[in-house]
Amino acid sequence: MTRLAATPVAGILAGCFAAAVALAGPAAAQTLDTVKERGELRCGVTTGLSGFSNPDDSGNWTGIDVDVCRAVAAAVLGDADAVAFVPLTAKERFTALQSGEIDVLSRVTTWTLTRDTSLGLNFTGVTFYDGQGFLVNKDLGVTSALELGGASVCVAAGTTTELNLADYFRAKDMTFNPVVFDAISQTIEGFASGRCDVLTSDQSQLYSLRTKLDDPDSAIVLPEVISKEPLGPVVRQGDDEWFNVVKWVLFAQLNAEELGITSENLDEMRASDNPSIKRLIGTEGDMGEKLGLSSDWAAQAIAQVGNYAEMFERNVGQGSPLRIDRGLNALWSDGGIQYAPPIR
Amino acid sequence: MAGPAVPTPPSGPAPWRNPRVRAVAFQVVALVLVLWVFWTIFQNTLTNMESRGITTGFGFLDNTAGFGILFSLIPYDETNTYGRTFVVGILNTLLVSGLGILFATIIGFILGVARLSPNWLIAKMALVYIEITRNVPLLLQIFFWYFAVLRTLPGPRQSLEFPFSAFLNNRGLYAPSPNLEPAFWAVAITFGLAIAGAVVLVRWAKRRQDATGRRFPAWSVSLAAVVGLPLLVFWLAGSPLTWDLPALQGFNFRGGVRLIPEFIALWLALTLYTAGFIGEIVRSGIQSVSKGQTEASQALGLRPGQTLRLIVIPQAMRVIIPPLTSQYLNLTKNSSLATAIGYPDLVSVFMGTTLNQTGQAVEIVAMTMAVYLTISLSISFLMNLYNRAVALKER
Repeated sequence: MTRLAATPVAGILAGCFAAAVALAGPAAAQTLDTVKERGELRCGVTTGLSGFSNPDDSGNWTGIDVDVCRAVAAAVLGDADAVAFVPLTAKERFTALQSGEIDVLSRVTTWTLTRDTSLGLNFTGVTFYDGQGFLVNKDLGVTSALELGGASVCVAAGTTTELNLADYFRAKDMTFNPVVFDAISQTIEGFASGRCDVLTSDQSQLYSLRTKLDDPDSAIVLPEVISKEPLGPVVRQGDDEWFNVVKWVLFAQLNAEELGITSENLDEMRASDNPSIKRLIGTEGDMGEKLGLSSDWAAQAIAQVGNYAEMFERNVGQGSPLRIDRGLNALWSDGGIQYAPPIR
Repeated sequence: MAGPAVPTPPSGPAPWRNPRVRAVAFQVVALVLVLWVFWTIFQNTLTNMESRGITTGFGFLDNTAGFGILFSLIPYDETNTYGRTFVVGILNTLLVSGLGILFATIIGFILGVARLSPNWLIAKMALVYIEITRNVPLLLQIFFWYFAVLRTLPGPRQSLEFPFSAFLNNRGLYAPSPNLEPAFWAVAITFGLAIAGAVVLVRWAKRRQDATGRRFPAWSVSLAAVVGLPLLVFWLAGSPLTWDLPALQGFNFRGGVRLIPEFIALWLALTLYTAGFIGEIVRSGIQSVSKGQTEASQALGLRPGQTLRLIVIPQAMRVIIPPLTSQYLNLTKNSSLATAIGYPDLVSVFMGTTLNQTGQAVEIVAMTMAVYLTISLSISFLMNLYNRAVALKER
């Protein structure tokens, strides 16, 4: 169904974009006020990628990208369920954000210079440090990406993956046939049916897509990681207030993990004497006010969604079918590179 | 200045009461309003994009694209520019549309004639075909060919093998490609000369028959010349042609020419879908020719084939051409559905990947629209020229 819907949506979005930009007022919209007034956050997600953003059997969206939006909704509106999820293909995502169709894009999107500048967007942080890899069929007997010369490669349109792929094969002086699809789900179908030898995407996505194969053990992820893919939420440029809100909700969740605050022990933590915990929970200081939010903004996000570790483990970590290790995504104090500035 | 009383010409009504002046004035006002609206939208867009920090302009066309394209008619690699991806996309669109139009027309004419066949089986088969293809959405037909037919083919190592080293698998159709050596030009030139000679011969034979009534077997002589002479030269030049055979190497076949499954699926779907419509247009055109024409032609002793070719079709063309033009335009525009299965046409490559990598939606959408507009208007123009040539000449 997504596949059928994707094509017209791409056209309509692109078509509406000119009209939307042409008719909107010259000043950048105050997104925070708009969201509060609407009582709902509009969040752009994938059309279905388990672990990151995927509708479950009863139609509820789950995943780490989904939880990022839920945390923002909890902090801004006090209700983690006040989110309207807008499924987008990679091709549609930036247009949807630029035209104001969504308030925040949380869709396994890699932070790059071009996107930060000429697209008129801002990345608010990194929710997941990833890197691009290759998924191949075990039967091919390939053990290294250097043996992939001449292969047909399935890839999603409009991604950094598409560019890294070309760079990698060029640097290694190998040829390849890119088979480019609109939706992530189409790439795994193409791989499963044998249209391509190789599926390339961010490694985390490869593990997630592999679970969709009839026999997940028939394919392996090659050891090579050919790029840096810091994935994070994106907002429009020129609205610093909203940029700060989205940025600091993630920082609050990271700080909560560092301080040992979880959704379960939050109530006990309210009695804590630690000034850092007090400032984060909002029992001391006016941190929420400075962001234009209520004083319990971070407490709401932690209570309803959890700290970063809870969010990670539930969706992509040991508590999920993907079983991805924290690795780079561990806190800086645990040997990873997740590091949030202090709340003070 | 007093002068002799010149009888002034009877002055018309005041300008605001003059209907012609008023009509022109209203049109001018309307035109200015329309232009003003468009200008405002244009200016507003520019201002807004600037204030939102979105890059504008066409400078991006000179930047390196950096992504691969599956299938291109001109040499293309990742180091080429976005401008070149635009050209690659246009050519891929033209290729599938051109071949689609050609084959849809051929199949459509056969279907139209078959629909009216006195043979019950042929007529009903054509009817069933037309009703199925016309009434199933084109996108579904594309998916059918791509997912249900071509995807289920075996992989490269278990390819279906055809005569002359052609292979079919789920990566596409591989066939030998000709390697032309320099001497092959002599064969090509002979072929061209033979065709020119045949045209002259047929005209001469017709003139002679008109003048004297004597017949000359111009067609068979021409055919012999067109086929025989190039073959003779080919043999004399020592067979200046070798074949590059596809062979399994690593993951895929290398060498030869390759038709990717995305192209085959799109081309089949566009052709078979549009042929259904063209079949109905041809049928209606033929039926618009009065029955008396057929009867008169038969009374003159023309055979059924001659009646169709010389009497009915030329008159039917007047009815067929205008709706046929719309079908050609539809086919070209429908080729943009390529993006659904990943055939790298203009919409998929340029309005898809290039748009997403550069983010310059307004410029790219405008350029893409301009291309389709240009292609459509060109088809219209050519078909209108043809229409004028076959239209009823009133004298």
